[in-house]
Amino acid sequence: MGHFLPSNHSSKANTLTMSAVQETAFQEKIDAELKIEAKDWMPDKYRLHLIRQISQHAHSEVIGMQPEGNWITRAPSLRSKMVLIAKVQDEAGHGLYLYSATETLGITRSELIEQLQMGKAKYSSIFNYPTLTWADMGAIGWLVDGAAIVNQQSLRRTSYGPYSRAMIRICKEESFHQRQGYEIMSKMSNGTTEQQEMAQDALNRWWWPSLMMFGPADSESAHTSNAMKWKIKRGTNDDLRQLFIDRTVKQAELIGLEIPDPDLKWNPKTKHYDFGEIDWEEFWEVVNGNGFCNKERINNHIKARSEGQWVREAALAYSEKKQNGV
Amino acid sequence: MSNNNLPTWEVFIQPKTGASFEHAGNVHASDKEMALQNARELYTRRQEGTCIWVVKTEDIVSSNPEDQQSFFDPADDKLYRYPTFFKVSKKAKGL
Repeated sequence: MGHFLPSNHSSKANTLTMSAVQETAFQEKIDAELKIEAKDWMPDKYRLHLIRQISQHAHSEVIGMQPEGNWITRAPSLRSKMVLIAKVQDEAGHGLYLYSATETLGITRSELIEQLQMGKAKYSSIFNYPTLTWADMGAIGWLVDGAAIVNQQSLRRTSYGPYSRAMIRICKEESFHQRQGYEIMSKMSNGTTEQQEMAQDALNRWWWPSLMMFGPADSESAHTSNAMKWKIKRGTNDDLRQLFIDRTVKQAELIGLEIPDPDLKWNPKTKHYDFGEIDWEEFWEVVNGNGFCNKERINNHIKARSEGQWVREAALAYSEKKQNGV
Repeated sequence: MSNNNLPTWEVFIQPKTGASFEHAGNVHASDKEMALQNARELYTRRQEGTCIWVVKTEDIVSSNPEDQQSFFDPADDKLYRYPTFFKVSKKAKGL
């Protein structure tokens, strides 16, 4: 791929436009597994794809603080409260790493936030589902973070340097999140009958939305082809989804929970689990704004942002005042 | 929507005493004190460092990746800067 310069390129190269030459060099770099850095030449579509993907990822981290933040004041023990606060703080941090990476592509933080609040930029639909019981904290950590980790581990090898570095940092921090969730699920499924039922109920509600986190099937995904060629994405939606399922089934068995899919079954030929049909209608409903919590999540974000406005203004005014020696 | 972006600062962390400072990422902050505090909250939540530097992004001067070849040209024909350039008898020890 990318080696379309003929051997007598001295004469032919002149006829190629500058950007075609640059694009060839760009693709050769990608093919050689070299990272693209912020100041390197890149095709506009690569830049736009990255802005869309990384900012969506950043928004997901930030909006993802809400469903869990919902349970901080009601955590069942001081230990679980401290852990949950630390986890939510990490999500804020992950959002910031990713905003920083996006800003290297020439877009400002406030433009990104505006896109989120106007509904022009998306975030992961999983965060539009409500967190009804404490067991949901377990299910989110175990399944939602578990699915995110599969995706993020793959993205450590993404071709854009700042994105890759953010992913490496995030992956290091994220594994505590999944263990935290699995610990809650495992405690509850070893607890009273009522606790066991809560854990199973949480798994029932979060299982399918977690599978949807990997996005549409490869045959339907609008963004996959260039993303793979440019190595922005390193695994397809379907492959990553399968990896997640294969990992998770045994974890569920171990704590005596049942995955809510009658078609789920080990396939000795493929060495993977076969699974049932995903309800894509539900997926698109939620993506298009009709989930349980879409409006609440964005309204909370707008409220928090506008209530913090005076702080940013005061900080800037203070810094100007100091610079002017007043 | 208001447009007051706080300026960005690049963050460098020394992972342990005696080690080189490494670039970690950046933060938004209105002044250097806030930049240091934000950098601590964002990049050292797990004891990743013993010391932090912050410097305004706009104050960093970078070479241009497009000029990489010509910019580093003075170094690419001076093999005598490497120890392997010199042939020394195997009997000579401690070199």
